[in-house]
Amino acid sequence: MSTSKQIIERDSVVVKFVGDSGDGMQLSGTLFSDAAALAGNDIATFPDYPAEIRAPHNTIAGVSGFQVHIGKETKIIGDKCDVLVAMNPASLKANLKWIDKGATIITDVDAYDEKALEKAGYQSNPLTDGSLSSYKLITPPISTLAQETATQYGMDTKNAARTKNMFCLGMVYYIFNFDLDTPGTLIDKRFKKKPDVAKVNKKVLEAGYNFAETIEAFESRFQISNVQLPKGRYRNITGNIATAWGLLAASERSGRDLFLGSYPITPATEILIEIAQHKSLGAKVFQAEDEIAGICSAIGASFAGSLAVTTTSGPGLSLKTEAVGLAVMTELPIVIVDVQRAGPSTGMPTKSEQADLNMALYGRNGEAPCIVIAASSSSDCFYAAYNAAKYALETMTPVILLTDGKIGQGSELFRIPKVADLPAINPPIVQPNDPDFKPYRRDPETLVRGWAIPGTEGLQHRIGGLEKTDIFGAVSTDPLNHEKMVNNRYEKVMRLANRIPKQEVTGCVDADTLVVSWGGTKGSVETAVKEVNKTGKKVAHAHFSYIMPLPSNTAEIFAKYKKILVCELNTGQFVGYLRATHPDFKYLQYNKVQGLPFTVSELVTVINNTL
Amino acid sequence: MGNKEIQESPVLTHEDFKSDQMVKWCPGCGNHAILNAVTKVFPLVGHKKENYVVVSGIGCSSRFPYYVSTYGFHSIHGRASAIATGVRIANQKLSVWIPTGDGDSLAIGGNHFIHIIRRNLDVNILLFNNKIYGLTKGQYSPTSEMGSVTKTSPFGTIEHPFKVGELVIGAQGTFFGRVVDNTPKFITEVMHEAAKHDGTSVVEMLQNCVIFNDGTHSIITDRETKDDVQLILRHGEKMIFGKERNKGIALDIDGLKVVTFDPNGPIPDEILVHDMENPSPGVHLMLAKMYPPQFPIALGVIRSVPANTYCRLLADSITHAKANQKIKCVDDLLNSGDTWEI
Repeated sequence: MSTSKQIIERDSVVVKFVGDSGDGMQLSGTLFSDAAALAGNDIATFPDYPAEIRAPHNTIAGVSGFQVHIGKETKIIGDKCDVLVAMNPASLKANLKWIDKGATIITDVDAYDEKALEKAGYQSNPLTDGSLSSYKLITPPISTLAQETATQYGMDTKNAARTKNMFCLGMVYYIFNFDLDTPGTLIDKRFKKKPDVAKVNKKVLEAGYNFAETIEAFESRFQISNVQLPKGRYRNITGNIATAWGLLAASERSGRDLFLGSYPITPATEILIEIAQHKSLGAKVFQAEDEIAGICSAIGASFAGSLAVTTTSGPGLSLKTEAVGLAVMTELPIVIVDVQRAGPSTGMPTKSEQADLNMALYGRNGEAPCIVIAASSSSDCFYAAYNAAKYALETMTPVILLTDGKIGQGSELFRIPKVADLPAINPPIVQPNDPDFKPYRRDPETLVRGWAIPGTEGLQHRIGGLEKTDIFGAVSTDPLNHEKMVNNRYEKVMRLANRIPKQEVTGCVDADTLVVSWGGTKGSVETAVKEVNKTGKKVAHAHFSYIMPLPSNTAEIFAKYKKILVCELNTGQFVGYLRATHPDFKYLQYNKVQGLPFTVSELVTVINNTL
Repeated sequence: MGNKEIQESPVLTHEDFKSDQMVKWCPGCGNHAILNAVTKVFPLVGHKKENYVVVSGIGCSSRFPYYVSTYGFHSIHGRASAIATGVRIANQKLSVWIPTGDGDSLAIGGNHFIHIIRRNLDVNILLFNNKIYGLTKGQYSPTSEMGSVTKTSPFGTIEHPFKVGELVIGAQGTFFGRVVDNTPKFITEVMHEAAKHDGTSVVEMLQNCVIFNDGTHSIITDRETKDDVQLILRHGEKMIFGKERNKGIALDIDGLKVVTFDPNGPIPDEILVHDMENPSPGVHLMLAKMYPPQFPIALGVIRSVPANTYCRLLADSITHAKANQKIKCVDDLLNSGDTWEI
């Protein structure tokens, strides 16, 4: 049979693996993206899964997916898929809206029995009724073939049925012309403790690859342009792992032990799990009885001299609110990581949103300013977490770090830094028996108080939630003292603007229109701005990572543009904040609250309509 | 400070731990005696002064950190145990004390209270139980007796009260002691035992609120009758009480019972010997639940059982990980697993 198939050269391709939760789609996606990265592609991944661990079989509610964008430069996970691997009718139905006409669909014909079609809500079989005629439809009996292969290598029938994801993966490897050795190594690693299982899985993968090569169904294969990134050593990393590592790096660089007090919550749990693996780095991980104990234990550890962190998502941040105020009042450094998910209340735990910004900025009783920093991508989580820790320690102030489920659980390439090259961290630790020590004596320039750590001779003092006198720290209800302390706490945060990086503008800087974004939407907005500029129109882009305080040149930048368009995944929280803090400018806004990221195409349309 | 452990401090006294702050509790409040006992016990425990940390929540008793000259943290309602957990884990040299009340620890902070005990975290909890909310001026608390008439229960409460000892032992507590606030020497003695215990110690202070619940413990503390209603427990000694020392506690199939005997004759064999180190919580729980008039109230160290502490296990696991894991620094971590050159 001929194998001289057409090669399609592409800058990037989007592949999505979908099936029942439990079908192994997350594993397939991970193995595919790892292989792509090793093959020299840039990657961006995003798991899309239901909140239920095993939702009813073959239903739309139970569809789990893993999207991978590979190519020369993949700052986003991609709007639409070029290849969809669907394990059953429900997953096909749920994902048809995410694929373009002409895309390739690989689906398991064995899964299309009457019952499964009915559960997915199909009146007739889409594989045979012509409704998919505008796609390249490939429908091998995947379950049968996988099972046959696996049983041939000695696996029992039940487990053999579960290897169908490997068969599909083999087919996809063929389409992308990937080396079969790479997944082999990855599978060995994954099933380290079960070499027999690893062996069978590799055989099934090979069978899928050979099957794809043999059948005439694939008239084309993809050749993806290799990545164009600065030289260096790279790895694939999810945002949550990057957050964990950024915190560990800050601990090492500052010489302060890392203390993490957290309660598991989707989609932040992986940070807790990751740091718990690294006791060898001295990290102390305390899985608290609830969210409140998580932050309170962190506040205690901070008082006692640790780099103290609590990690959570929106509902957890709501519970921590009172304690955040205590950290503001006692002026203790803590990092509160909020991996945002769609709210309010329990909301949509596995879907992403940027709607906790107002809570981060304002969600406390009294005048209680925190520093707010937002991570802009999966790999940026490392630097955002590092800087959150640095500024918490150096300003003796709680820092709320906003990431989100999409960048937290999604992954991309990460250029590995050297810890020694990261900026120094200098907490204002008070030396033993310092004769000038007073609990609320401040550095006149930064207004930061000293960190007098229990166990240090001669610095015994009391702190707490009650208002204290300036400098001396005695309990006080004096009206003017209170106002002074309120102003001190606010001014201390605002003066950080002198030390954080200046805001940058990218795209066509001399345009009339500035697109503004913040947090996890950087990739899609940046890509959309590039696309618009490619068409000869002019638009500039400012992406904010520092929210409170804003960079000191923010007003200067805004003054250069006639139109400012603020895009965010909420109903307009950042734009509202800009209107309050920079009222001299007029802002347009584009908002989406669907638990989904921006697509580049929708942003391109919005930007074009604004120009 | 170096790596020296405790016990090498200069000799400190009671005066060294008094603060310059005016003590603002009501005149006649039982807290004064407890404060006095704490400042006496700190020099006995023997840590360096800078290694004492007092962490409190909210309530009358939680003003405590201002009145001792150690490191102190007056935090938010109910959370002292959670904050103290972080303090203790962060620095294992610290001696951490949590003065708290029945509302602070058993109502709003109930969850943290049972969990710190379950973990056997190395802290000392001083639970001031006056069976009333004092700072908010007289509402019933989780320890108020059924039927208590208070501002929020004008017709009497309809809630079953928590008994501190039951809760502590139910949460697998390894140390439980009980004292009344008018016995300063005995308070110091029991607190010292608590301080020596590895793990969570809870000392229940039956404390009188002179303003909102005056006399709530009078059945136990009345000068005339106290000897007949107080059983002072001492490890290894028979459980004998009464003005005439003619009553004892024995155990039969229905549980504990009071046995009366001739004080001039031999002590009956059936009278129990107090074993505070018995890992089985059975007798300790029964002792903790005794209450007049049927029984005397048990005072002193009811339970003190050696067990692994959270902090020791944590330190061991960190030491083990450092010795056995390949990743020794963050650069190792960043370069672990699959990486490649571009």
